[in-house]
Amino acid sequence: MGAAITATGLAKRYRIGQLRGAYGTLRDSISTAARRAVRREHAERPRDIWALKDVSFDVPEGQVLGIIGRNGAGKSTLLKILTRITTPTRGRAEIRGRVGSLLEVGTGFHPELTGRENVFLNGSVLGMKRSEIAAKFDEMVEFSGIGTFIDTPVKRYSSGMQVRLAFAVAAHLEPEILLVDEVLAVGDAEFQRRCLGRMEVLSESGRTVLFVSHQMQAVARLCDRAIWLDQGQVVDAGESSEVVARYLQAGFGSGSGRVWTDIAEAPGGDLVRLRSVRVVQDGHEAAAVDVRRPVGIEIGFAVLRDGEPVFPKIKLVDGRGDVVFNAMDTSDRWLESARPADYLSTAWIPGNLLNEGLISVQVVVASMGAPRLVPQAAINDVVSFHVQDPGDGDSARGLFTGQWRGVVRPLLDWTTEER
Amino acid sequence: MTDVRPPVVEAPVGGRQDGRGSHAPDQPRIDRVTVIRPAPRWPHLDVRELWHFRELLFTLAWRDVAVRYKQTAIGIAWAILVPFVTMVVFTLVFGKFANFPSKGVPYPIFAYSALLPWTYFASAVGLSSGCLVNNKPLVTKVYFPRVLLPLSAVSVPIFDFVFASIVLFGMMAWFHIWPSIALLLAPAFLLMALTTALGTGLFLSAVNVRYRDVPYAIPFVIQIWMYVSGVIYAISALPERWQWVLALNPMTAVINGFQWGVLDTAAPPLDKTLVSVASMLVMTVVGLWYFRRSEPKFADTI
Repeated sequence: MGAAITATGLAKRYRIGQLRGAYGTLRDSISTAARRAVRREHAERPRDIWALKDVSFDVPEGQVLGIIGRNGAGKSTLLKILTRITTPTRGRAEIRGRVGSLLEVGTGFHPELTGRENVFLNGSVLGMKRSEIAAKFDEMVEFSGIGTFIDTPVKRYSSGMQVRLAFAVAAHLEPEILLVDEVLAVGDAEFQRRCLGRMEVLSESGRTVLFVSHQMQAVARLCDRAIWLDQGQVVDAGESSEVVARYLQAGFGSGSGRVWTDIAEAPGGDLVRLRSVRVVQDGHEAAAVDVRRPVGIEIGFAVLRDGEPVFPKIKLVDGRGDVVFNAMDTSDRWLESARPADYLSTAWIPGNLLNEGLISVQVVVASMGAPRLVPQAAINDVVSFHVQDPGDGDSARGLFTGQWRGVVRPLLDWTTEER
Repeated sequence: MTDVRPPVVEAPVGGRQDGRGSHAPDQPRIDRVTVIRPAPRWPHLDVRELWHFRELLFTLAWRDVAVRYKQTAIGIAWAILVPFVTMVVFTLVFGKFANFPSKGVPYPIFAYSALLPWTYFASAVGLSSGCLVNNKPLVTKVYFPRVLLPLSAVSVPIFDFVFASIVLFGMMAWFHIWPSIALLLAPAFLLMALTTALGTGLFLSAVNVRYRDVPYAIPFVIQIWMYVSGVIYAISALPERWQWVLALNPMTAVINGFQWGVLDTAAPPLDKTLVSVASMLVMTVVGLWYFRRSEPKFADTI
């Protein structure tokens, strides 16, 4: 069995300057060009961002490869290159077989056309022959459950119906190589479940699958191998459960505690410097915390001179890159002007609030400069921790053991009256 | 409750069968190896690939035709109404009042026979110059040769042209005008209008991806262009010198040639027509070159 996908040294550069140009007008460009010509000004050197740097990998035919990494690690750029939506700046990839993807579901749907017309339109946009669509048409309609509405314009459909019809077309594409970007997958939980189901059916029939996801348990379960991208580079590759484990351990590349011994090197300025940040539970620093008990984010900082009032603030981000919440200390003590001293503040996150998974913490010591906060010392992803549920049945999930979606997972008070 | 998702499928992944043998039997085998590499410095047109995607071209054109007059009250009648009302206005203003030269045929039919290819051309340029931006979801989500979009856009107003031609035949009967044998060449002149519109549309659609000034410029460019295409007056009545300059505009040859066929007016001079053809080829090659050169960045900048 040969390789279905061979990627060698793929790299993609985006120019930040280009982005500005993209929204500028012709006049801007002409006047800049004219100024340059007259004054012999050099072009502003645009800032380069390498979304991908030297990414190489092989996917043997029939393998299911997971791609993991934080938001902005280059996962989506990689898929865009493999689907030929954009070209790489350097490198080369070879793909053997027909590529289909579940990231373009419903692409090309036109609201004025009927469901029937859209099936043909969408099918041929996705690369199917007309004869092929005609042959599978009844099957698709059956699968979508649209029934008699098939000759109604799509603009009269509910969004759920549109997604179902679009998915029916994509699911009958029968690609030899399937690309799934769960991060981008639109639609409700039901739809995402169908995507995963379809992916499993295809992988079981020997297709090659590339699966991009933030759900580590899904990657570990469904994929044979995984590669871990960070800042556009492959930092780890191997057996999927091992890569996932190492990714979770590394926890965004930060640990559960951070101490700055040299205050001159610590984040901050002449007013405030950070000294330490720790994740604590039950009196100990903890990389993995029990979802049921409170977690403390302990922030040590030094105020170096008399100055405006400052106060500590935290922001929690989950493994999908979503902000879980922001919180700051609003107590009266921070209303007075800062006095030079060392402080140790702990933000206590109640038990049974966070959902399971990885949480990364941003710490800021800020002053209030209306209308916005002025960070005096700030650092992103300074510590991280893994929220775990021991599964004893007394957490918010009760005896349920499946996947639990949501940014938070509170244990609510329920009242019920029998009437 | 809907937010709680049970695990998708309980079966382990290990039970996968081996390789190709398990493919669905009805699946067409495509043994194409796709090579992905950086955009070439000198773009070229991959004709084999275009052929491979021919069905999509028809589908896209069909979509645009099907959608064109959806939710309008008078539908395709617009295709007649626009050139017809324009002809009436031109006849009153330029024909009666200003007494513009009209090749010795009644001004109304002179104007209408010029407005037919002109309206086609103006629609084709308008549609094709917006085709990339208007199909943004396609451009950012699926791969296909982007040239298909302007190509399908310039094909769409052919339907309007055919429809509006019915009125032309009516007018010819009314004015007792017989077409010449050169009517057989009319499709060639229409093809010339299509190619010119395509070249212009390729260029403008690629520019439009970066600079959204294009939609503002189009009506204005089209208006000026009409004044130098011989729609409201006969080019042949101009001094020779100016005829040579205007020959650089391929639409002068298109309109002259079309009128030669349907109105049996004087044949367009061969030398000036050749200039127009050369000019058309240059415009098309430049448009195509610029389009292909910008193509790799479409999805990033649009």
